[in-house]
Parts: sequence; C-alpha cells; structure tokens
Amino acid sequence: MTDAAPKTGSVDLAEEFLDRTTPATRIRGILHRHPAISPALVLVVAIIVFGLLNDRFLRPENLSLITQQVAVVGTLAIAQTLVILTAGIDLSVGAIMILAAMVMAQTASTSGLPPVLCLLLGLVVGIAAGALNGLLVTRLKLPPFIVTLGTLSIFTAVTLLYTGGTTVRGAEIPPLLTFTGTTFTIGGISLTAGVVIMLLLYVVMAYVLNRTAWGRHVYAVGDDKEAARLAGISVNRVLFSVYLAAGAIIAITAWIQIGRTNAASPNSGLDLNLDSITAVVIGGTSLFGGRGAIWGTLLGALIVGVFRNGLALAGLDVLYQTLAVGVLIIVAVAVDQWIRKARS
Amino acid sequence: MTSTETAPRTRTPILEARKLVKTYGRVVGLDGVGLQLFPGEVLAIIGDNGAGKSTLVKCLTGAEVPDTGELLLDGRPITFKRPQDARAAGIETVYQNLAVSPALDVASNLFLGREERRSGILGSVFRMLDVKGMRAKAEKELTELGISTLQDVTVPVENLSGGQRQAVAVARAAAFGSKVVVLDEPTAALGVRESNQVLELVKALRDRGIPVIIISHNMPQVFAVADRIHIQRLGKCAATITPQSHSMTEAVAIMTGAQTA
Repeated sequence: MTDAAPKTGSVDLAEEFLDRTTPATRIRGILHRHPAISPALVLVVAIIVFGLLNDRFLRPENLSLITQQVAVVGTLAIAQTLVILTAGIDLSVGAIMILAAMVMAQTASTSGLPPVLCLLLGLVVGIAAGALNGLLVTRLKLPPFIVTLGTLSIFTAVTLLYTGGTTVRGAEIPPLLTFTGTTFTIGGISLTAGVVIMLLLYVVMAYVLNRTAWGRHVYAVGDDKEAARLAGISVNRVLFSVYLAAGAIIAITAWIQIGRTNAASPNSGLDLNLDSITAVVIGGTSLFGGRGAIWGTLLGALIVGVFRNGLALAGLDVLYQTLAVGVLIIVAVAVDQWIRKARS
Repeated sequence: MTSTETAPRTRTPILEARKLVKTYGRVVGLDGVGLQLFPGEVLAIIGDNGAGKSTLVKCLTGAEVPDTGELLLDGRPITFKRPQDARAAGIETVYQNLAVSPALDVASNLFLGREERRSGILGSVFRMLDVKGMRAKAEKELTELGISTLQDVTVPVENLSGGQRQAVAVARAAAFGSKVVVLDEPTAALGVRESNQVLELVKALRDRGIPVIIISHNMPQVFAVADRIHIQRLGKCAATITPQSHSMTEAVAIMTGAQTA
C-alpha cells in the first residue's frame, strides 16, 4: 500500500475528471436510487392541476371514488410488479383474474358449497394458473412474453368454456364474495374493504421485497440472472415462486373485482392486462427488471385513476383520457431510459 | 516470505489435483494434469489459448467434471458435480465478467445468496433480514482487506468503478471462511490502476492465509503477484516455476514450446 502512495496525486486528478457531475447527472442519480420519487411528483402535480381546474375534484366523495376505481388495477399491478421486477412480463393477469372470479362466483351460486370454500377454490385456481406460467418459464425456458401471451388465450377460452359466457349477477352471489365492495367512512372519505385489502397487500409486499432474502433475490434475478446464479441463488426457484405469488395476488384481485362490480362477468376487465402494466411502468419500475419500488406501482395506479377522473370532470371525452394515458406511458419509459444511463 | 517459498513442498497441499483428464469428444482438454496449492501462496496458471487452463480451473471449481483423475481438499478425496458443491467445500470463484448484481448495494452483494436474518421471532417467522448487522460485517470485511475506497456499503454496485466492483466480488469470495479463492482473469476488463487494486487485494488475501489461484494472460501481473507459476501447454502441465527461478521471457518460451523447463 505504501509504495502506491506517490502515484495517488496524478490518479486522483483522473478520477475527478471521470466523476465530474453536473446537476442533471446528480438528479438522475437520486431518481435512480429512489424510483418512486418521479411518480410521486407527477401525482402531486396532477392532483393540484385537476383541483384547480374543477372544484369538485378534491371533494372527499370524488377522492374516494378514485380510490375505489383504482382498487382492482392497483392490486393486479402488485402481481405485475413482481413479474416485471424479474425482467419478465405477465400478459395473462387479467385472464387469470376473470377465471378466478368466475370460479368463485359460479361455484358459490350453483354448487351450494360454503362461500369460504368457493373463495379458496378461486385462490387455488389463481395459484395453479400462476404455477403453469412459472413452469413454462422455468422448465421450457420460454420468454415470459410468449408464455403469458399463450396462457392469456388459454385462460380466456377456459373461462368462456366453463361459464358458457354468462354473467353471474350480484343477487346470486353470497355476501362474503361481495364483502370487498362494502363501504365504510373514515374522516369523510368512504373506503371499500377492497381498497383496504389492496393497501394491506402493498404493505406486505413492500416488507417482503425490501426486508427479506427472497425480495433481494427477486431484484437480483431481474438485475442480472447470471450474476445471481453465480452468487448461489436458485434462479428458477425464485422465478417460479414469483409466478405463484402473482397467481395468489391475482385471485385476491378477483375477489375485489366481484365486490366492486357486484357481479362476475367473463367479458369484463379484458383491458386490465395493459392497465396493470401501465401502472407498473408509470410507477417507475423498469421493464428491463431489477429496478423499481412497489410503492411506485401504487402511485402509478393512482396517477392513471387521477388522470381519467380529472379529465372526465374537466368535461373531456373518454378518448382524451386514453390519449393521456398513452402519453404518460411513453414519457414514463423515456424517463426510465434516461435514469438508467446513470449506470454508466 | 522466503521461508514460505521453500517450505510448501513439505506441507500438505490445501487443494490438489492428480492426473486430471477431460476430453470433449475427440478434443483432449486436459491430458493428465496435476496441481498442488499450498497454504498461503498465490499460484498463477498461465498458458496459451487452448492450453487447457480454463478447463483445469473449471474442474477445480466444479463447473466441469473431469473424466478421470482425483481432487483432494485438505488431503481428502472430494468430487464436485456442480459449482455449488465446490463453493460449499470452501472454494470460491471470481469470474472475469464481474458477477455482481448492479442495482443492489455493496453489503447486499457481499451477502447475496447467504443473507443473514434477525434473531428471534422477527427472523424465524417474519424472515426479516439483519440489514444493520450485514452492513457492519461488510464494513469490517472490507476494512480488513484494505479496501479503503469502498467504505459506504450502502452504495449500489452500479455506481462503482470496474476495479471497485471486482473488489466487491473478491471480498465476497474471501468473506465466508473460504479455503481457496480462484480468480479467473480478474483484471481482463480493468484498466491499469484498477488492475493494481485487484492485485493488492490478492496479496491481502494471501497475507490472511487464504491461498489464491489466479489465471491471467498478463505476464507482468503474474510475475508481480505469484509465488509459483503453473504453465499449461497442450493439455499438460509443461512446468511449474517461480518468478525467481525463471524470467518472463523464459516463461513465455515454455508456454509456446520454444523451451522446456
């Protein structure tokens, strides 16, 4: 070490030259370490702007409407976040949710089984569907995009074959299954049980991703699969467990969906796939895997909800809401690309 | 230092390979290669492309299973079917492609794949990681290895230079009571100054009594850091020399077959 000392003078100069930082790179570094900051800023700005545009926007009843509208996509997006963190994508989340919802509602209305069992049956179906995705990804080594594109069709077809395309109405569904739609009021804002379940799931997933070894491994696998493998992580086991967990979360979303719509329809919620990906991407999680925060996804779901609601209150056509969401996605991914340059 | 250079021959090698043979179809990768690694030494393996040095190292680290021949660890026969077997036996490998997880911080990388949990119910039931404990241990480990430039263990590895990343990989290899550290071309992707940092690290490992096997193409580096040099040629060990017994030119001559030891 001592004989290296004379060199340091010139070497430090070189290092300063390399480490030269501009305000832009410093901001980029901060955003890079805290991926939830940018969606949080967007959400705050959007709420202020829409609040100024229309008095009704900030009223408690409107805010609680937004949270209720966000509950289904927000919960589904938790599952999507897990998969995207491993550098995958799940195009079948919506199809699995509808399948699980139909199994829950149909068995409850026709078979005479106790509602709790029907709920558990839906959970099993969700986990089994996730297991199928996980097996195809880890055993056949197919890209998740292809696997879930295939299972999207498969699960949709299975749902229609199973139900014959008919909707189960709220009157036929036992109260336990629509429990997620019950509202209660805290401080002027009325929440549904579904919203509370969603928030609880976020708390649990934030803990699991940030405070357990499994969470670290999810990030490591998405970040660099080969490095994770060389570090002794069983990559396939982590991937498979991610799809299993996603299946379970999707089944819980199915329960929330039944409560929200007070029905179970095989034809509703087909666009939830893309909505969940939108929430994840706007929430700052990178589609390349390994970077992102679960809270960003909640913010992403809220941003989409706020934009749709705010633009509707401003009297704009639904088409403009869709247009705005499209712009949001492209801006979010562009920002992510820019932030990722902080690596090099 | 002079005593350790002559003494090894009387001691039991920590890792020994006897008459390793590995063929790929009709191509003979290893043709009866023997190797001995003694406590507290740096053994360099050099050789031309296709001489079998990578195959040799893969057999030592469980990445390949030799057709015949035996491996002895601490004098006892041992077989590795997977890299994990070698790791479990205390042989840690650092790869040239900087096998670290860029988005995770330094401490998380050091403990990746063997995280430590909190004690009590938080750890056993809630599986909570002992983040503070791991960070403290990581700092201690890095200080002991003399990696002073890496004191903030909460920095994501992607913010580090190539040399610092390699230092993290080396520290990880050395951190868990390992018996042998194998470095596969650790400086291939690095600049001059960063290479020197890694070589300092190799010396620090040796000073802690951990023997190191280092594969390199870079003769000045090999002669600067190695106690003994194993020269592979055409699937066989052409010679085992020391930086004192032979010059760099002679080593290259043996490597290319222009001279015999």
